[in-house]
Amino acid sequence: MKNPADTLAVEALSLTKIYGSGNTEVVGMKEVSLSLGKGEIVALLGPSGSGKSTFLTALGLINPPTSGQIRLGGQTVMDGPKELVDVRAYRRQHLGFVFQKANLIPFLNAWENVAVAMELNGVPSSLAKERAMELLEYLGVSDRAANHPNELSGGQQQRVAVARALANRPSLILADEPTAALDSYRGRQVMELFQKVAREQGAAVVVVTHDHRSLDVFDKTYEMEDGKLSEGIIGSHHTSSPR
Amino acid sequence: MNLALKDIRYNLGRFVLTAVGIGLLLMVVMGMGGIYRGLLREATLLVESIGADLWIVQGGSRGPFAEISRIPSSVEDRVRTVPGLTGVRRFLSHTIQREHGGRQLRMVVQGLSWPEDRGQWIPLVAGRPLSQAHYEIVVDRSLGLELGARVRLGKDDYRVVGITSGMVGTGGDGIAFFTVGDAQAIQFDVPAEATRIERLLRRGRVEEHELGRLTPRLLDRAVGEAAGIPALAPPPVSAVIASVAPGADPAQVAAEIARWPDVTVYTREQQIELLVSGMVDKAKRQLGLFRVVLVIISTIIMALIIYTLTLDKIHDIAMLKLMGAKNGAIIGLILQQSLLIGGIGYLLAWWLGNYAFPRFPRLVVIEPGDMLVLAGVVVLNSVLASLLGITKAMSVEPSKVLS
Ligand SMILES: Nc1ncnc2c1ncn2[C@@H]1O[C@H](COP(=O)(O)OP(=O)(O)OP(=O)(O)O)[C@@H](O)[C@H]1O
Ligand SMILES: [Mg+2]
Repeated sequence: MKNPADTLAVEALSLTKIYGSGNTEVVGMKEVSLSLGKGEIVALLGPSGSGKSTFLTALGLINPPTSGQIRLGGQTVMDGPKELVDVRAYRRQHLGFVFQKANLIPFLNAWENVAVAMELNGVPSSLAKERAMELLEYLGVSDRAANHPNELSGGQQQRVAVARALANRPSLILADEPTAALDSYRGRQVMELFQKVAREQGAAVVVVTHDHRSLDVFDKTYEMEDGKLSEGIIGSHHTSSPR
Repeated sequence: MNLALKDIRYNLGRFVLTAVGIGLLLMVVMGMGGIYRGLLREATLLVESIGADLWIVQGGSRGPFAEISRIPSSVEDRVRTVPGLTGVRRFLSHTIQREHGGRQLRMVVQGLSWPEDRGQWIPLVAGRPLSQAHYEIVVDRSLGLELGARVRLGKDDYRVVGITSGMVGTGGDGIAFFTVGDAQAIQFDVPAEATRIERLLRRGRVEEHELGRLTPRLLDRAVGEAAGIPALAPPPVSAVIASVAPGADPAQVAAEIARWPDVTVYTREQQIELLVSGMVDKAKRQLGLFRVVLVIISTIIMALIIYTLTLDKIHDIAMLKLMGAKNGAIIGLILQQSLLIGGIGYLLAWWLGNYAFPRFPRLVVIEPGDMLVLAGVVVLNSVLASLLGITKAMSVEPSKVLS
């Protein structure tokens, strides 16, 4: 058997997030634990306000938990709200994000939006451009590569954002409702792309989604409710017993 | 890829407008310095080009550039007797404002000690120096008089025979060079009626005096020309100037004249020093103060603009942070934009200044040294201006992308 540090991409240990304090206190998530192996792709379902984004951003090292630990690639990176590594560098090198909104940089055109993620990571600009064009090609927006975000449709923008998230070949991809702005065909294509990246690059992928038609691409399905995480069964979205 | 440039290209209009505004402000800052340099040069140009080593002025006064100085023209003859001096001349200067061709003509009337001094030393751009004892003038270009133009001053017409440039008095008014005799005629010109009344009064005074009763011929004299009355001195001049002969020691000659109780003597350096420390010094402080205020204003304006530009990008900056951009990349983005605005503003100021300053009513002198200092100020300015924006950008959390 392999060393778990080699096969585990991400591990959340009893993450709790409490927003605010005193009588404005809100529990965002409560004692959430999850292990994700390399190459594994999972879906995260749940009603609005259940804590999906809270959990996802905690894993993404942009929303520190109140307590609990996050381990990435066998290394503990967060201990409660305490950062144990340079999280900025970690995000740059190992994480890819896709959100419901594309959040493209408005003054960069499509390929530049993808290339900038690589250049921030020290990739030479010619190489970055080349790979950016490849990714855009793959996502079917290469003909719009020179256009600025305000000249792209919502779906095109979202595909550029997906290309950007994949640019640095991240070991963990976090997507928060990435297909909400896409038609079902493109939505499905993005989900399949995530699956492919998971298989081929060994990336762990967590996707928050409401789209039940694409659940077959996932290895596992999790459901959140009132800040608690439980594993669901593929094809069904009602809660199964907690682990 | 350079994010700062990409953003600028995308928001070009706004950046250009900002740079133009900053450029205009910097041009004024530059102009203020240039006006001071111009004042300095104008103030000293006459003293330097007239080529006198010693200035003999009214006793106890600071000379004709600082206040009214009057000494009898006979001092000239006395100065001539001092060994070691050459080129002893009378110097007469006063400002008049007359109407000419329907406009106000304000000029400094400068007397040249005819016939020794015909204005050969005046740098001419057109025409020639004076060639006769009366009714000719050499004028500064700023007076706007054409070669051959006739100007009526007092009871006489004067013809413009030469044009010079950059010759202005301490007040910035163009100088017109006359012979001393003409300059005095203009200065002491009185209407005929005033002369008639003065003569009658003089006669009246003589009649009442015992002397007048004893010598009736005095009465005839009293109503005659002022110049014909032995008791009346010839009209005074502002100063007597002289050059020191080669081999003679200026300090020694000056010390000799300084012993005369009725006059005060200044060397050329002292005269320049008096000019500079007098009126020019105040102007310098005034202009300096304005420059400082303007520099502060331009820094504040730039800071506010950079700040709003940063605020507009705050979501993008959060996204860059989320993607893991180093602080250096974000600081670089803001700082480069600030420096670019400052730099473009500076170049614009320089370019506009080159075009505008020669058209200013007074001389504006831009010296390379001053430009270098201003460049330094602009860099410092831009860095300071970016601090506010940088502080804001540093404080934004990457999770702001989600809100
Ligand atoms: N910054 C915040 N400050 C205070 N409370 C917050 C904050 N962010 C989220 N919450 C609260 O935490 C809880 C979980 O929110 P979260 O955004 O994780 O839900 P979600 O499952 O992603 O919902 P949705 O499907 O609507 O996106 C909610 O009750 C929300 O109001
Ligand atoms: Mg959410």
